Amino acid sequence: MPFKIGVYVCHCGTNIAGMVNVEEVAEFAKQIPGVALSRTYKFMCSDPGQALLQEDIRQNKLDAVVVAACSPLMHERTFRRAAQDAGLNPFLVQIANIREQCSWVTEGKGAATEKAKALVAAAVRRAREHQPLEMRRVEITPSALVVGGGIAGIQAALDLADAGVQVVLVEREPSIGGHMAMFDKTFPTLDCAACILTPKMVAAGSHPNIKLMTWSEVEEVSGFVGNFKVKIRRKAGYVDHDKCTGCGLCIEKCPYKADSEFEQGLAKRKAVYLPFAQAVPNKPIIDKSSCAYLKNGKCRVCVKFCEAAAIDFEQQDRIEEVTVGTIILATGFQAMDGRRIPELGYGRLPGVYSALEFERLNNAAGPTNGAIQTRDGRAPQSVAILHCTGSRDENHHRYCSRVCCMYALKYAHLIREKLPEARVYNFYIDMRCFGKGYEEFYKRLQEEGVHFVRGKGAQVWGGAEWKAMVPAAAVPEGLGDQQLMVVAEDSLLGQVLHVPVDMVVLTPAFEPRFDAEEMGRRFLVSRGADGFFLEQHPKLAPVSTTNEGVFIAGACQGPKDIPDTVAQGSAAASKALSLITRKEIEIEATTAYVQDELCSGCRTCIGLCPYNAITFDEARKRAAVNDALCKGCGTCVAACPSSAILARHFGDRQIFSEIEGLLSL
Amino acid sequence: MPAATPFLEVADALKEYGAHDLDLCYQCSTCTGSCPWSFVEPLHIRKLIHMAQLGLPGYEGEDLWKCTTCASCQVRCPRGVAIVDLVRSTRTMIGETGLIPQSLRSALGSVKGEGNPWNGKREERNAWTESAGIPRFDPEKHEYLLSACCMSSYDKRSRRIADALWKVLQAGGVTAGVLGAEESCCGEAVRKIGDEPTFQSLGKQNAAAFEKARVRKVIALSPHCYHTFKNEYAEFGAKLEVLHASEVIQRLLFEGKIKPVKKLDLTVTWHDPCYLGRHNDVFEAPREVLRALPGVTFREMFRNRKQSLCCGGGGGRMWMETKRGERFSDLRLPEALAVGATVLATGCPYCVNMFEDSRLGLEREDAIQVRDLAELVAETL
Repeated sequence: MPFKIGVYVCHCGTNIAGMVNVEEVAEFAKQIPGVALSRTYKFMCSDPGQALLQEDIRQNKLDAVVVAACSPLMHERTFRRAAQDAGLNPFLVQIANIREQCSWVTEGKGAATEKAKALVAAAVRRAREHQPLEMRRVEITPSALVVGGGIAGIQAALDLADAGVQVVLVEREPSIGGHMAMFDKTFPTLDCAACILTPKMVAAGSHPNIKLMTWSEVEEVSGFVGNFKVKIRRKAGYVDHDKCTGCGLCIEKCPYKADSEFEQGLAKRKAVYLPFAQAVPNKPIIDKSSCAYLKNGKCRVCVKFCEAAAIDFEQQDRIEEVTVGTIILATGFQAMDGRRIPELGYGRLPGVYSALEFERLNNAAGPTNGAIQTRDGRAPQSVAILHCTGSRDENHHRYCSRVCCMYALKYAHLIREKLPEARVYNFYIDMRCFGKGYEEFYKRLQEEGVHFVRGKGAQVWGGAEWKAMVPAAAVPEGLGDQQLMVVAEDSLLGQVLHVPVDMVVLTPAFEPRFDAEEMGRRFLVSRGADGFFLEQHPKLAPVSTTNEGVFIAGACQGPKDIPDTVAQGSAAASKALSLITRKEIEIEATTAYVQDELCSGCRTCIGLCPYNAITFDEARKRAAVNDALCKGCGTCVAACPSSAILARHFGDRQIFSEIEGLLSL
Repeated sequence: MPAATPFLEVADALKEYGAHDLDLCYQCSTCTGSCPWSFVEPLHIRKLIHMAQLGLPGYEGEDLWKCTTCASCQVRCPRGVAIVDLVRSTRTMIGETGLIPQSLRSALGSVKGEGNPWNGKREERNAWTESAGIPRFDPEKHEYLLSACCMSSYDKRSRRIADALWKVLQAGGVTAGVLGAEESCCGEAVRKIGDEPTFQSLGKQNAAAFEKARVRKVIALSPHCYHTFKNEYAEFGAKLEVLHASEVIQRLLFEGKIKPVKKLDLTVTWHDPCYLGRHNDVFEAPREVLRALPGVTFREMFRNRKQSLCCGGGGGRMWMETKRGERFSDLRLPEALAVGATVLATGCPYCVNMFEDSRLGLEREDAIQVRDLAELVAETL
């Protein structure tokens, strides 16, 4: 029985027909062996277009169809579904992309038409070689893993848990809360960050559907959408949280101190500690690098005072394994180290602060109880806030960090509120106040008497240094050795300014976490040129990734403020939920398989498989592909020295036929 | 200021002269604020760039000639604009109309006539090498060409640097010779001044002389020659391995080929020459050498490495008058004194010359010495 193929050439309005002579292509297709009929239609993806195709399949008993239209990314699924509904195996649909790869990018109607013919010829030849394949369905484990307990992860976990999904929330630090927990006020409304965050932290900590794993890190991920198997390292914290009552006596009595990470090193914490007062869980851990007993076997004061006998120096790291249907990555960002811009003096001049340091300095629960003061205890009479430190900068990060303009305004407000006499300068390139209520906040700050200098702060020097460096005429009267000199050009005036201040606050760029590359590999999520996790589509799939079932939320995807972060947390939860509520999912049919008689057992493929889908059968000394894990990427197929591995739907005959078709004109 | 109409053809022309990045500037002011002139009498480079972007009169003004091409702005520019190229291209375009400042014309004339900007006779380029016993370069016997810079060939103070360097090379067993009258000025300053045709002819001349003498490796005494041979002579077909004196000395020291033994008893600070540091990222070699010298206490100045303060002699400024009080070199000596240095060491004949000049203006001339790295090393051998 001859193989009967239907060819459909889409006009796509004028997208294709404006450049390609579609009628000529359709006529050409009729001449190709195996083509039973060939038509054009204005919009193949429309309902009547699909109906046309279905009608032909039924009436003419077509064995395969070729749709010459847009990219398969756009409508392959549409036409596969239409064919399936008409009784044709969906893998017998072949797309010829004559839009993105032809009409949009080819100059001249003649050339475009010729190219479209070649693409159609290729698709027809390939379609002749296609085999029917069956999609497989697997059940989805109705649970989720959320990695990262900042505001994005908390929001996602709460939304899922409220919908009845079992959630495992993993946090690397001893408490959830993330960066937001460090902030004092939030722009532009000036709500107290803790007041709006801590209720959510407590809710996440006590939710019956959330299993909270703090002081824990994801170590290994295997499996696939619907059934991810995740190994989580529960780091030894040397306090048994089942027994601990959170009374805090151990912390009070511990004689050893270390720099507080949460306080950005501006204050000390004990060796047994809670990172901050409202920590969730509100139970301490012991830091082995500062605990005297763990370092040299002496002390045990905490043991003596703990009535609940919760201190457990024998505790070891342990690995816990969970199976979840879906994963949300909400691993956040880190702030760039200001020392990478030496001309701004951070790390060398004590009066220069990073943004997070300033957040803690200003926080009522911080090291100075909220008093804005220099390290030597002076209330600054003048403060310079330098925008764009490391952002919008080819030497550091090309992107805009999106929040600095706004928190710089917030700092200016807080300084003026606490120190009404203080002069505050914002050195900016462009004020980017694009969010709801943001421009209004900018105006409010102008009303509050904050000074704006349009020009990037170029260099910062200590008062003592300045006096040794410049002509006497450039030293303002009364410049203190401990003061700072900011040099910048005000571009609106075209004049260089020497601005003496008591304090400088930098706005360091948002950066991907130091281990973002490793995390990306672990979760098979790719990263953009900026190093942040890459969304599947920048507009239409902003929280999805190319790894099905893994979603991203918050600043791990790129710099963003709290409103956007919370929105993404909820968005990721909703995507995860829509997956879980499907109960089962179709998985790829275009997998690879090993031809046993050709496999030499060399195991080359095993190490190369990015999905850990190939195992070695010791008994038979052969490699075997696990269909459930295989994504059909073809790496093993290309690498196999014996050509023993084949890819369904992408076999040699299919590929070669397509190439022959392309070259047949 | 009257209203103006953009004259974009000027911007297009500048790009043809090499101002490729002109449109990338987003006017953040980092350049003007980073310029060493910002400490004294600011140079509004950002404004010049914007005027050039729109082709408005003023881009070719006096400020254009203030630039020392030190690259303080360039290394910080958030858009990665090659600002030195913008300045050079603008000067080149202006240069074609004959508007190069008067004070630079004599140096240019000397370069064109005698192959050096110091009004020295071409045949005397060789003179200093004879008394020092430095041989003519012979590819069979010598690994390196020693390129001593016009300044060391004709200026007495700078000659002491060349003599010291020769002593160090001899001690280290380095085989090298000079080209003498066949070598001309590298053309670095000539190009930055905006006389591109003369630079082109110098480059071709030198490249041909190098090729004829079969020179493969060059030791440059001056960072300006070093920069030019290393980064700009490829366009003349020269394939050279170029080392700066400080790199060679560092190598000899760490390979144990020279052994500094005599104790110096000095507190030394290092001034990074622009064309060694910012332009070519050689920051550590000279510091490693200084730290290894017996009896040397090393101190950093506040403005060090990429933040180093230009001496004021680059970009043709060597031949232009700078008012007292505006000279960068005048600012540098007090900075060195403030960190407790008794010696300001550097590795560039321009810098040495500028600082020696400034030293004479100090209340006590002997408060600080100005030395080239090679001179200090030679003393310890």
